[in-house]
Amino acid sequence: MLEKMKNFTQDVVTLLWKDLLAEFRTKEITISILVFALLTIVIFNFAFTPDPARVGLIAPGVLWVAFSFSGVLGLNRTFVIEKERGGLQGLVLCPVEREALFLGKAAGTFIFMCIMEMIILPVFSILLNLPVFMPGLLAIAFLSNIGFVAMGTLFSAIAVNTRARDFMLPLLFFPAIIPLLVFAVKGSSMVISGEPWSDVMGWLWKIAAFDVVYLVVSTLVFEFVLEE
Amino acid sequence: MRSFNLNAVLWSVTTILIMVALYLVFAWVPTEATMGIVQRIFYFHVPSAWVAFLSFFVVFVSSILYLAKRNIKWDTLAYCSAEIGVVFTSLALISGAIWAKPTWLSWFPWEDPRLTTTLVLWLIYVGYLLVRNYSTTYQAPRFAAVIGIAGFLDVPIIYLSVIWWRSAHPIVFRPSSDAGIAPSMLLTLMVSLVAFTMLYVVLMRLVLSIRRAELEVEELKTRIQD
Repeated sequence: MLEKMKNFTQDVVTLLWKDLLAEFRTKEITISILVFALLTIVIFNFAFTPDPARVGLIAPGVLWVAFSFSGVLGLNRTFVIEKERGGLQGLVLCPVEREALFLGKAAGTFIFMCIMEMIILPVFSILLNLPVFMPGLLAIAFLSNIGFVAMGTLFSAIAVNTRARDFMLPLLFFPAIIPLLVFAVKGSSMVISGEPWSDVMGWLWKIAAFDVVYLVVSTLVFEFVLEE
Repeated sequence: MRSFNLNAVLWSVTTILIMVALYLVFAWVPTEATMGIVQRIFYFHVPSAWVAFLSFFVVFVSSILYLAKRNIKWDTLAYCSAEIGVVFTSLALISGAIWAKPTWLSWFPWEDPRLTTTLVLWLIYVGYLLVRNYSTTYQAPRFAAVIGIAGFLDVPIIYLSVIWWRSAHPIVFRPSSDAGIAPSMLLTLMVSLVAFTMLYVVLMRLVLSIRRAELEVEELKTRIQD
């Protein structure tokens, strides 16, 4: 049992390392989702003309639209890259469990999203003159990313196998992720308006519950998606 | 011959029930005091929503059974039920909007967790049907089953999140059903619910036979090619 667990963890880490290494060499995903997130914020700035009095009200919404849109781009890339180079078949043929494959892929996207958010939050603070690089927001972003990639990796693996792979993922994913977005936006607006930590905790718990549900569900049903 | 008879019985029972429901709704039941004549849409709105949830529940159960047993009949059941479910979700949304406008002064009261959840549900199952259309016939059943399961489990979470999302706002209205419904209205609603459920059964049988014919044609086509 212990031996099996160790092998499983090793498989996950190997798969994750493969993705990270490929990314370190091309920097394709990190750069594109980063620039995309930045562009979203710029567009919102012109769409809303946020004056100092209102910026606190729209900031959580703008941030989470930027995070989720660029997150979907990142999710799409993780499997599209594999598919283009015929790697998906290789992965399926690998003597690793499907659960390890799922967790490895999800961990990769999770790390990209965290990096993107760590860069976007300070940039956002400078561009909109609102300090949002705070521990509360980092905690919300970190926890939300887990549920985001847990559900997203599952749908991404489905979308990449369909004919309309580029628009299939957002179409499937956005309706299903709405609860998580609600929790994240609500929690973020509380942090930004300086509400007590105990109130924010309520939203963190809800995000954590969503994470647990979809980590379990997605890990369990993932094997049916990658069947050849 | 026997299945033909069953169809005839089902069709006639459903037709009679719908006629009775129409009579009750338009001629028999008294007009609601505060909302007026528009409240009568309630007897179509609630049954549409009920059939929609029923069909998605059937999708959920058949999806699990398909993944467990790998029998194509469960997938056919899920597919047909999803198609009917999307139609009835659309009906529930449209009738809800028509009812909401004069009653709550807005076509789409986002505060109402039921209406908002129904909209999200509609989006999820339209995605379900799209995935089927954009995948190969070989992969479509598996992908659809996964979405059917993951999507259905999301419904209660979406419902709760919409309640929490608007928790800071005052409750604009109390849904008119539940408590204090007059017995004549309850009876009309029940007859309407049974009629719609029968309609679901009849439509399911119809769509299932079409789907089976489609599968057969596909099979014959591949046999000709071989």
